[in-house]
Amino acid sequence: MLIPSRSKVDQGEMKESFVSLTLDSASTLRAGAFGNATHLSCRECGATRELGPHYACSECFGPLEVAYDFGQVTREQIEAGPRNIWRYKALLPVPDDIETSPNLEPGFTRLLDACNLAAELGLTKLWVKDDSTNPTNSFKDRVVACALSAARELGSRVFACPSTGNLANAVAAAGARAGIPTVVFIPSNLETPKQVNSAVFTESLVAVDGTYDDVNKLASEIAGEDPGWAFVNVNVRPFYAEGSKTLGYEIAEQLGWRLPDQIVIPVASGSQLTKVHKAFQELIALGLVEDKPYKVFGAQADGCSPVASAFKAGVDAIRPVKPDTIAKSLAIGNPADGIYVLDIARQTGGGVEQVSDDEIRAAIVLLARNEGIFTETAGGTTVAVLKKLVETGQLDPDAETVIINTGHGLKTLDAVSGSVGPRATIAPTYDAFTAAGIA
Amino acid sequence: MSVSVRIPTILRTYTGDESQVTAEGATLAEVVDSLDATYPGIKARVVDEDGKLRRFVNIYVAEEDVRFADGLDTTTPDGTQISIIPAVAGGC
Repeated sequence: MLIPSRSKVDQGEMKESFVSLTLDSASTLRAGAFGNATHLSCRECGATRELGPHYACSECFGPLEVAYDFGQVTREQIEAGPRNIWRYKALLPVPDDIETSPNLEPGFTRLLDACNLAAELGLTKLWVKDDSTNPTNSFKDRVVACALSAARELGSRVFACPSTGNLANAVAAAGARAGIPTVVFIPSNLETPKQVNSAVFTESLVAVDGTYDDVNKLASEIAGEDPGWAFVNVNVRPFYAEGSKTLGYEIAEQLGWRLPDQIVIPVASGSQLTKVHKAFQELIALGLVEDKPYKVFGAQADGCSPVASAFKAGVDAIRPVKPDTIAKSLAIGNPADGIYVLDIARQTGGGVEQVSDDEIRAAIVLLARNEGIFTETAGGTTVAVLKKLVETGQLDPDAETVIINTGHGLKTLDAVSGSVGPRATIAPTYDAFTAAGIA
Repeated sequence: MSVSVRIPTILRTYTGDESQVTAEGATLAEVVDSLDATYPGIKARVVDEDGKLRRFVNIYVAEEDVRFADGLDTTTPDGTQISIIPAVAGGC
């Protein structure tokens, strides 16, 4: 079966005019290099292109997305696979022998029954999809694994990315495991712990004097100039982004092959939210889960909320902003998938909500003290938005709800280091202990 | 006013594979018109039917995203470096 893209153009009218990057031609690909994927499709105008190192449509500059002919895929086939994202390899743009190439084997992270937080917030049933337990402690290991496969199949010489944290960690570690040279570009003012988290895996951490947007721009320019560089979130982005679908597949499988009633997902570029929705739709189309309504909610921070603002204003246009929030992994002021997030939130009856930095800090502590999960600021944003959605009646407290924790709080210690700490500092005596009133 | 424009791979079919070209204009709109006069068809790739910058195109004038300046009305002083880049993004 073919999974259609968001297209206003009939399949028969598809055009053949796309961006080619400087990597080798797709004509040199081995058979089955991208599994059941059949072609790339423009999400804006529907034009198509053969699988290869292409990421933007030359007609409209729109983003390209992977399309498939899955054939038949069964629950049994998936359940017989490894306990990582490759159990869904038939639904990803990867070869059938993907497990034989050294990789970090991410995914199949726990779906935690968050009964304590549910009780705290007045919810009947709440699950936390906890991606902090991936190999480099964030969901980025999923997308990077798919990008690594694409880089290998395309014969890329260098595996690279611009990043402010999680992606840099994932790319550097995956490249080390795969034996492929990596180059990771970061803003030069990035905190030392974040630099160490990547530099430990690669000799080529490059600090750029500029903001993340400056680093991203530089990466795009290098990707356009130097053959053989695979920038995971630039020129192999269509393949990279597909990795986020595995969050959706896993949630459905771990719920017993069914979809939740409501899901809350953090929004930076909006890619993860759109891919989880795509995953749910694919599972329905393949008959792997029952077709049922579900609501999708997006979570943003006040300091970078272009999608939430557009949702509340009832408009389609996303007005870019200059981010200013502690949720740095969500700080994308001009979100490429923002319009698709609006579509999905509106179509499913969900929404996009925003919270302050103080609410994010409080939510990190709320999740930690109720469920023993230390989340990063993006996860704090998600929990804070969940709380706000309940309090404002936007979310049904009696409907089964899932939230996604995208990464570990140890990566963003500075966000809460000022709001948690010792309750008391006492002398090493029993009298001091009792005097402090701790017992 | 003469400016330098970095051309992305996506548009080099128009510039004979040149990655860096020169153009004239006191504003970005005039520069785009100048480019189109030299390389016919290139304007329609970056500006939509309503004369607005296409949603997935980012243009930087002297390293500043023009969406945070005056868009196509952004001034382009003599010698300015301009970059045209397809929009991509990281994050969730």
